[in-house]
Amino acid sequence: MKLTLKIWKQKNNSSAGKFETYSVEADEHMSFLEMLDVLNQSLLEQKKEPVVFEHDCREGICGSCSMVINGQPHGPNKGTTACQLHMRYFKDGQTITIEPWRAKAFPIVKDLVVDRSAFDRIIQAGGYISVNTGQAQDGNAIPIEKGLASEAMDAATCIGCGACVAACPNASAMLFTSAKVSHLGLMPQGEIEHTKRVQSMVTQMDSEGFGNCSNVGVCEAECPKGISIENIARMNRQYIGSVFGSQTKVEKA
Amino acid sequence: MSWITNFLTSSIGRKLIMSLTGLFLIQFLLIHLIGNLQLLVDDGGEKFNLYAQFMTTNPVIKAASILLYAGILLHIIQGLLIWKQNSGSRNTRYAVSKNPNVDFSSKNMAWLGTIIMVFLILHLWQFWFKMKFGTVPPIDYNEGTGPVKDLYTLVAAAFKNPLYVIAYVIGMIVIALHLKHGFQSSFQTLGLNHKKYTPFIKGLGLIYSILVPLGFAIIPIYFYFFR
Repeated sequence: MKLTLKIWKQKNNSSAGKFETYSVEADEHMSFLEMLDVLNQSLLEQKKEPVVFEHDCREGICGSCSMVINGQPHGPNKGTTACQLHMRYFKDGQTITIEPWRAKAFPIVKDLVVDRSAFDRIIQAGGYISVNTGQAQDGNAIPIEKGLASEAMDAATCIGCGACVAACPNASAMLFTSAKVSHLGLMPQGEIEHTKRVQSMVTQMDSEGFGNCSNVGVCEAECPKGISIENIARMNRQYIGSVFGSQTKVEKA
Repeated sequence: MSWITNFLTSSIGRKLIMSLTGLFLIQFLLIHLIGNLQLLVDDGGEKFNLYAQFMTTNPVIKAASILLYAGILLHIIQGLLIWKQNSGSRNTRYAVSKNPNVDFSSKNMAWLGTIIMVFLILHLWQFWFKMKFGTVPPIDYNEGTGPVKDLYTLVAAAFKNPLYVIAYVIGMIVIALHLKHGFQSSFQTLGLNHKKYTPFIKGLGLIYSILVPLGFAIIPIYFYFFR
């Protein structure tokens, strides 16, 4: 299949970027990233600069392959990362526009690669549980209700790819932050530090320059892991609850 | 800043203000509609005028109306602040943004709200300002209330103006779209998302956002064509 690619090229965050048009001969069995590999191989052979994109595991669990394909993060398929997206979902002769995540909090490193360390700082602010060192206790020592465990597990499937931010009209990081708050807070081990966690993570999220949540729900629709906006509601009520129902004082963002 | 101002200026705090003021305005719309429906009673406006007199003189209603003005202002100001903040969160726009998963209402709340604000100014100027500060000719129904302001004649005259009727109907369509997102969204902001109740809230919100603006819009259309 013959494809025309319009790809965002940008040297670094301080220079202006623009679209470059390429044509590539791809196979319908290729993944989207393999198609880009073919393009880059031919660019290298022509002694041209390849398109820079991020990738790692290529099995849909690392969250590296951030790119907006024809207006949708990770492309048109539901619950799929760009690396797991196959070329059979595109038509021969189609023009595909590929852009990086667009958010002030995710500055562009080069071409399609953005710096997502704002997410790391949100995690550093409270996305952990404090465990004293020593022997690991028996896994079944703390009883956990199955429904709760499943809910926490569903939230924990967030791979931190940033598609929620990329898709959100306000570039809000509420789905990511709420998934992390939920997956820790729902477990008895995480519940202990929960009040402090929800406040510090929200404060950090706000200070990174993400937008506010408008409950549009496009994050949930675009999330490759299908993280539900129920998590956002949970974070809202837990945050509001922690403000008025605990001794912990909210800090300035 | 103290913890409370830190909370109120946080993203969730700002949304909480939008949600609470929004819900307050949502219930006001229904009360306003019930009052307005008395315009449809064919009694030369007696019922409506006496009701208008009650609403502008009763001390409890007067106190509640101050709360309403504050609610409207807070909703507008906070909405504009959030709008400004949100538009600053993305420097470069997407070249292609034909995402099928974005709902029109949800994406355009700020624009819809702005149109509603313009409509509200027109609406307040037309009726509220004249009622409060203008000279509305009095009429006496001998009901023991003395002469009351004849708001009915003012409304009936306005609803004979085709431009105003069109503006009113457009205003109601925009309010319907604003409510379609706003109703269910305010519950989500409060953290009220529940596997059993959320479908009910969404359904109720949809019915509310259609029926209430429709009820308002029927009145000028009825006056224009049949009265």
